[in-house]
Amino acid sequence: MNPAAQNHFLERAPLELRDWFVNFFPDPLQWLVHHLITIVAVLAIFGLFFAFTTVAERKLLARVQNRLGPNRAGLPKFSFLPWHLAHKLWGLTQPFADAVKAITKEDIVPAAADKALHFLAPVIVVAFSLMGFAVLPFGRQYLPVDLDAALLYFFAAGSATELAIFMAGWSSRNKYSLLSAMRALAQLISYELPLILSVVPIVLVTGTLSTRAIVLQQGFWHPGFVTLPHWFVFTPWGFAGFIIFLIAALAESNRSPFDLPEAESELIAGHLTEYSGFKYALFFMAEYFGLTALSGLGVTLFLGGWQAPFPLLEVVPSYLWFMGKLILMIVFFIWVRGTLLRLRIDQLTRLSWQFLVPLALLNVGNAAFWVLSAHWAGPLQLVRWALSLAIVIVPFVVMGRSLTAGYAPRTYRYAP
Amino acid sequence: MTPLQLCLLLSSGLFCIGLMGALARSSTILVLLGIELMLNAANLNFIAFWRFGPSPAPANGMIFVLFSIAVAAAEAAVGLALIIAVYRHQKTIRLQESSTLKG
Amino acid sequence: MTAALLLIAVVILGAAAAAMLRRNLIHSALLLILSWAGVAAFYLWAGAEFVAFAQVLVYVGAISMVVLFAVLLTRQNHVGDLLVEPGTRARATTAVTVGACMAAVLSAAVMASRFPPPADHAPVTSVRLIGLQLMRQHGAALLIVGVILTVALLGATVLAATEGKPDPEDTP
Repeated sequence: MNPAAQNHFLERAPLELRDWFVNFFPDPLQWLVHHLITIVAVLAIFGLFFAFTTVAERKLLARVQNRLGPNRAGLPKFSFLPWHLAHKLWGLTQPFADAVKAITKEDIVPAAADKALHFLAPVIVVAFSLMGFAVLPFGRQYLPVDLDAALLYFFAAGSATELAIFMAGWSSRNKYSLLSAMRALAQLISYELPLILSVVPIVLVTGTLSTRAIVLQQGFWHPGFVTLPHWFVFTPWGFAGFIIFLIAALAESNRSPFDLPEAESELIAGHLTEYSGFKYALFFMAEYFGLTALSGLGVTLFLGGWQAPFPLLEVVPSYLWFMGKLILMIVFFIWVRGTLLRLRIDQLTRLSWQFLVPLALLNVGNAAFWVLSAHWAGPLQLVRWALSLAIVIVPFVVMGRSLTAGYAPRTYRYAP
Repeated sequence: MTPLQLCLLLSSGLFCIGLMGALARSSTILVLLGIELMLNAANLNFIAFWRFGPSPAPANGMIFVLFSIAVAAAEAAVGLALIIAVYRHQKTIRLQESSTLKG
Repeated sequence: MTAALLLIAVVILGAAAAAMLRRNLIHSALLLILSWAGVAAFYLWAGAEFVAFAQVLVYVGAISMVVLFAVLLTRQNHVGDLLVEPGTRARATTAVTVGACMAAVLSAAVMASRFPPPADHAPVTSVRLIGLQLMRQHGAALLIVGVILTVALLGATVLAATEGKPDPEDTP
């Protein structure tokens, strides 16, 4: 590892900027300003990220569906300029137009609704979704809060958002909202278990709950003459864990193919039926923040966090590597949304309890085997990899076959 | 009034609120919630002594509370399942209605 | 430090008292969840972060769901919207008297006891230390708690599962 490449100017520039700004304030206030800057930076960056995720999603989904996405929103015509921009900037200012629309829409609250809870639900869901960002290491020295039990904190923050969904469904005094909220809760608690179980092998192998330490353990290793990244996704148990984590993350953020709680053809808008205007936008925002936080956690635990894949590429700052991997995961989620069909509630819960949970438990055993066989030397390493792969593939094939027994093979019909 | 005494008064207060709720209300679910409050008060006590008192092993108080939280979760699940099963027979959750075994 | 403790105490006791007094069951459950979150804040104030996160994860994230589902599944439709009467006056006065006596006894015990001088800061623990202690000294207890949780949840599922014959109107 080349310290000169790791600590160059671009890597340190935001930190130097922050320190320069903090030095303007008197000593007792400096820690407060330091943390306020961190919070404002995280909110600003991930707020913008959310805005561009919405436009990227609409455009990518459109391309998957063989049409163009929103491309009309441009910059406003300034009448005092002698010329105006003819180009529409490819529709990239769409999220700001959407924000203005959401804020200026009339906020309708049902007359029989529980006003306090109706108001609190979107606030709580956004607050707890944002709290997950505090323990993600965005770069080499860019961890907002360095907690010893960071992973536990992340899952605690995520589990409190489920409460807000129940509050939203119940406070609307709408039978269908309540029914939909209970279905959404059933989905969320069913998939919390595979989510946490897919992370347990990482904790087992690294021996720590701290995200900083987990990323540090995914540096480079040298088998022979090459330098390879030690990302956990490149190990058999890590790969299986990553796949389970992806599926569970999709389900936890109510995204296709698990978007039954908020699909338009199911119980209107589900638990969000009675929300309009800014509160609906807050729920929408919270869903995207939750997705981004879970993607960030996936990048941290499985894809190496801010580590570059090869030592030569360490000239690119670590926060750009993190953002790049995060964008890759979000694009993958958008791709899945455009490709797969929605699951029914019973198919969804069956997938979780009968398929993912046993596989995740076997994965924990796989990781334990991996740790215990770490000292095997020479050709036994190949045996170790083969056995680990077998523990992943054989139950998957066996359970997949047994659970889909009796279903007809899929036939495709295309338009002529 | 040391901080330890403040913490212990807090946990005693929470315990008594839970006790009063469990004894006074006639809905089974609220009795269960009162019992959960009493369990939480006991956990508060443990953490107060872990923080302020001398402890032979540094993590004993935390481990006790972890076990207590786990057992409280199991007990809440079983209690609420019982409430649902009783509701299915009596269509009510008032405690006073469950008097079939009364002498 | 004491100001934070007093604020947390007000939140915990206020939310718990309101939860026990409300007629609406769902409001009671949600106020109790606020009280549990206050208890988690107390743990953070005392420096026990691991326990605080476990409290939020288990109580606010899981037990609250179970309580809310139970409240929704045991609604009595003929009584207007989850209103619960606070019970007869006699029972209420007895409960308050018992509670007050208990509070008096406990407060007297706390104020009269002599405690060793309080430590300046919380004992230094790390997650690794907690894990090692759980696995070494308390390994048997950990396994037993695992068995308790499994058995309890299996039992709860069996108890609450729908029983017996389907309604004749259900089949087409």
